[in-house]
Amino acid sequence: MTPAHMEAALLLAGVLFMLGLISVLIRRNIIFMLISVEIMLNAAGLAFIVAGSKWVQPDGQVMFIFILTMAAAEVSVGLALILQIYHQLKTLDSDAANLMKG
Amino acid sequence: MILVWLIVILMAGGLLAWLSKKINPELPRWVALAAVLLDLILIVYLWISTEATTGSAWLMRYEISWIPQWGVSFSLALDGLSLLMLLLTFFLGLLSVLISWKEIKAKVGFFHFNLLWVLAGIAGVFLTMDLFLFYFFWEVMLIPMYFLIGVWGHENRTYAAFKFFLFTQASGLLMLLAILGLYFIHGSETGNYTFNYFELLNTPLAPDAARLLMFGFLAAFLVKLPVVPFHSWLPDAHSQAPTAGSVILAGLLLKTGAYGLLRFVVPLFPTAAVEFAPWAMLLGVIGIIYGAIVAYSQTDLKRLVAYTSVSHMGFVILGVFAFNEWALQGVVMQMIAHGLSTGALFILAGFLYERLHTRDLARMGGFWSKAPKMGVVALVFVMATLGLPGLGNFIAEFLTLVGSWQAANWLTVFATIGIVLATVYSLRIMQKVFYEPGPRHESFRDLNFREMLIAVPMVLGLLWLGLYPQPIIDMARPSITEQLQAYNMEEPTIAEPKTVVEQPQSEATINTNQLAINQRAFSNLQIIQSPN
Amino acid sequence: MENLLWLIPALPFLGALLLIVLGTRLSRMLVAILGASSVAVSALITILLGIEFLQTRPEFYHQEVWQWFNVAGFTPSIAFHVDALSIVFVFVITFVGALIHFYATAYMADDQDYSRFFACMNLFVGSMLMLVMADNLLLLYLGWEGVGLCSYLLIGFWYKEPENGYAARKAFLITRVGDTAMAIGSFMLFQAFGTLHIQTILTEAPEAWSVGSQMAVIVALLLLGGAVGKSGQLPLQTWLPDAMAGPTPVSALIHAATMVTAGVYLIARMYVIFELAPLAQTIVAIVGAVTLLLAGFSALTQYDLKRVLAYSTISQIGYMFLALGVGAWSAGIFHFMIHGFFKALLFLCAGAIIMALHHEQDMRKMGGLRHKMPVVYWTFLIGAASLAALPLITAGFYSKDQILWYALAGENGSIWLYLAGLIGAFITSIYTFRMVFITFFGESKTHLEHPPGKVITIPLIILAILSLVGGFIELPHNFGHVTLFSNLMAPVLPAIAANEGLAANEWMFQLVAAIVSLGGVFVAYLFYIKSPQLLASIERSDFAMALHRFWHSGWGFDALYDALIVRPYVFISKLNKRDFIDSFYTGLARMAEGFHVMFSETQNGVLRNYVAGIVVGAIMILTISLFL
Repeated sequence: MTPAHMEAALLLAGVLFMLGLISVLIRRNIIFMLISVEIMLNAAGLAFIVAGSKWVQPDGQVMFIFILTMAAAEVSVGLALILQIYHQLKTLDSDAANLMKG
Repeated sequence: MILVWLIVILMAGGLLAWLSKKINPELPRWVALAAVLLDLILIVYLWISTEATTGSAWLMRYEISWIPQWGVSFSLALDGLSLLMLLLTFFLGLLSVLISWKEIKAKVGFFHFNLLWVLAGIAGVFLTMDLFLFYFFWEVMLIPMYFLIGVWGHENRTYAAFKFFLFTQASGLLMLLAILGLYFIHGSETGNYTFNYFELLNTPLAPDAARLLMFGFLAAFLVKLPVVPFHSWLPDAHSQAPTAGSVILAGLLLKTGAYGLLRFVVPLFPTAAVEFAPWAMLLGVIGIIYGAIVAYSQTDLKRLVAYTSVSHMGFVILGVFAFNEWALQGVVMQMIAHGLSTGALFILAGFLYERLHTRDLARMGGFWSKAPKMGVVALVFVMATLGLPGLGNFIAEFLTLVGSWQAANWLTVFATIGIVLATVYSLRIMQKVFYEPGPRHESFRDLNFREMLIAVPMVLGLLWLGLYPQPIIDMARPSITEQLQAYNMEEPTIAEPKTVVEQPQSEATINTNQLAINQRAFSNLQIIQSPN
Repeated sequence: MENLLWLIPALPFLGALLLIVLGTRLSRMLVAILGASSVAVSALITILLGIEFLQTRPEFYHQEVWQWFNVAGFTPSIAFHVDALSIVFVFVITFVGALIHFYATAYMADDQDYSRFFACMNLFVGSMLMLVMADNLLLLYLGWEGVGLCSYLLIGFWYKEPENGYAARKAFLITRVGDTAMAIGSFMLFQAFGTLHIQTILTEAPEAWSVGSQMAVIVALLLLGGAVGKSGQLPLQTWLPDAMAGPTPVSALIHAATMVTAGVYLIARMYVIFELAPLAQTIVAIVGAVTLLLAGFSALTQYDLKRVLAYSTISQIGYMFLALGVGAWSAGIFHFMIHGFFKALLFLCAGAIIMALHHEQDMRKMGGLRHKMPVVYWTFLIGAASLAALPLITAGFYSKDQILWYALAGENGSIWLYLAGLIGAFITSIYTFRMVFITFFGESKTHLEHPPGKVITIPLIILAILSLVGGFIELPHNFGHVTLFSNLMAPVLPAIAANEGLAANEWMFQLVAAIVSLGGVFVAYLFYIKSPQLLASIERSDFAMALHRFWHSGWGFDALYDALIVRPYVFISKLNKRDFIDSFYTGLARMAEGFHVMFSETQNGVLRNYVAGIVVGAIMILTISLFL
């Protein structure tokens, strides 16, 4: 991979990550938050792949597969939690779940 | 063995009282009464039977091994000072049971369990000669007291109970650290790891270490005493506790602080204590004056009396750190006389509360005509508080001041001014409760037989202390001279066994040349200050 | 006889104890008998003892009852030391005390707290006897505080009036300020001599201290502090006029004849210390002179009969201090004795008037009592004459003349002290006869309710006789030269020598004193009988009125102390009612609570806060790792 490509790809990964992060921070709908987390994970995965192709090592792809698996697991747990939250609170607003009092 | 019995009777009596509630709700009172009475009889018997043996400070020892790996032993010992303190403990304990007779109606069994266990803890503190065991009893005293305040107290009891617990617990932990520090230093110096008081005496300590360890002990004792910046648990605890609790707090728990100073701080850390003495005396004087000023403006009778305790305990620390026999005798007298007079004032507040259901001075007044007996009794207690000659507190305060005058003139002058301030708040009690016309209370009855039975012994006790205090002084003298021994010797020898049998040093010089005694009292301090 | 010494104070104490314990269960008759007889028997024993003392002339009697305590060589005893000085005091206390008790059985007859009154009175007599008989300063201090307590209880006897309670507390408190000074003085004495035994101190002091040594001066000043407190001298005099709130027999016994002279006793008793401290002794004289003037002017302006007498007491004790201060020890004690007689007499007469007029004390509402109460009139006149020191016939003349003479001619005397005394004598006779003229002359304004009975008048007559003849035991050397009293005092108190140059002309000064006191009577006559309009015209001027108010309030001392001490103290105390130190601990608790709230906010389940937290944390870590 040429340096120009790599920079562009890393930039893309960074932008994706920031988009994900910002939307996690500002979205209140909990499903959108989950999706944003997915975007961040994928941004990280992209960065790994770029790095793997830069140094011609398989580790980057290995890491991406890890991330995929982990994201799948996370999404299933996350969706289950969301279902429970919706069940309990009748809303998908994440701020409504502030019932913990420390 | 009799020493163990003193504690065991109370603890067993406490359990029995708790259990006996199942049989009859009134039974715990009788069980508790019997247990305390038995102890009182035992200690009076001890007093009478040991009066003949003079010379040795220690009247009785009892020691068995407890946790030998750590050098912990179950070690009890009785000397004149402990004996006096135990007399006071059981006397006030008896009165506490009697005053609770009508006052406590809820959870009678558990109440008496706590009462007796507090007394057991106090008795243990006064008896034990093993620092580990001392800490144990120190805590035993604390927890039942927490319950007494927290369960049977007045409207703000939870707050007061927590405050009491936090203050004493936190300071007690510092003492535990100091005990452990002393234990390890002594162990590493001599190879003998022990908590035994007698062996720990004369531990060679570096000045810095001694100072730190002393502050650990001081923390516990000064908070308990209390000394002014650390006193603020006391008004809350005293005013919220039930009458019996207040009596025990003021009469006994505070005295454990004073006792600790006399028994541990003074003999264990002679050099550090002399260094700290001016500051300690200053704290005492601040306490005397500050307590008196704050007491004057209180409108809650029990709070007022509580602040008078702060003021009076200032004399204790003033006297302890004067390091001479007059002052220390004054301190011992103050412990006993204050136990009686302040205990009596709390009992009086209890009587009033029983009748009026208030502690507010504004809602009292004009009881002299309605309850003349109560008035006369109260007058005696109030006069004792302001240090009228002829009553015990005067002897205590005068001796303390005479002693502290030898050590620090100006501080003594200010402490003496404290007596004037004592007049101010004491007369206020009389005025507000008995003289000034107050709101109408139609059915205000005078003291009945049970109440007279409580009040009259205290009046007689105060008069006895004031007019013929010699038995108390004689009893305390060997212990006091022993505590002061470290201050009379130029070089404390380590090897010397501390189960003192020898003649107290000053006995020989007494009455021979009074001027010489004076000079000695002065030179004591100078001797100590020159490093050995 | 010596073995019976302990009975003298013990009997009144026993009486008090019985009255306290049995109190309400006794009939009024029994209470009266018990209360009065305990003191009367004491007086009887004292008289017998005194006769024996005069016959055998021992140096002193001594009896130890028991050792109080013994702490490292500090060994005060409950022990009595009675020498000539004590005997005079014991005699006045028990004898006048017995008369007043007798009188009080009638005076207090209608009071419901009959037994409490006599219990307190007996307790007072017992404590006062302790004070004057004690052989050590600690026991003296016991009596000293004991009389303070009784004074407190008796001033506030009618406790339902809050003002009485206030006066009682004021008295106790102010005297306690003095007591504190005295206590510190005794610490110093103990430090110096290792004992508080008075005779030991007196013999050792001249060896240990040189004349004018600093220690001696300080100790003497501290003792003086105690004395001025008890004796109502400047600057602690403010309690005494208010102390008149108590029943009149109390005022007669405690606040005129006995307790307030405790300061005189203390100074005379410790005279060696004062002789070693000339500065302190001069201050005693000055305090006396200033007090006698200030109190005299205040007495001029009072309308309350008892308050006039109270100020005159302060003033007369000022004379005694003046005598002690110039070293005329015996003259001071002589004046104490005579003053005890005539002042008790005056108070008891005042009591009879007050009772007869149904507790009216304002002189402006009296008048014309001369014919209605002849016995009281004549006895009061005798007392007044003695107080005003009318020449030749009254005892007061001989005792006061002696003081004036030594104030000038004594070794420490000065013309200023003499002038102060002379002006004081002039004022004394004005206010005394002002009192007589307003009360007994003029037209009557109220009608008599209870004419005094025999129980009231008998003590008056006895005291009146003593006020007349008491002076004849000590006559000036150019006039009979009887020195019975100073001979009695000679072994105890040093004699004073008069200035040779002046001694030749002593008669001249006596004449001056006589003229001054008669002049005072004349002035009073002029203003209050002859031409009252003259007085009225003076009183119309603003300056005179202001001065009147100022004197009436006792030279503003009350207001001064109120503003300087009482109010700031109460203010500080009230300000700190909630104990600011506690706010430190509650502050700690609040802080912990604040952190609790703060940190629990971070764990409340709002996901986005968590995310933000993670982000901030990550950025911080990155930044730090980049920069490091």
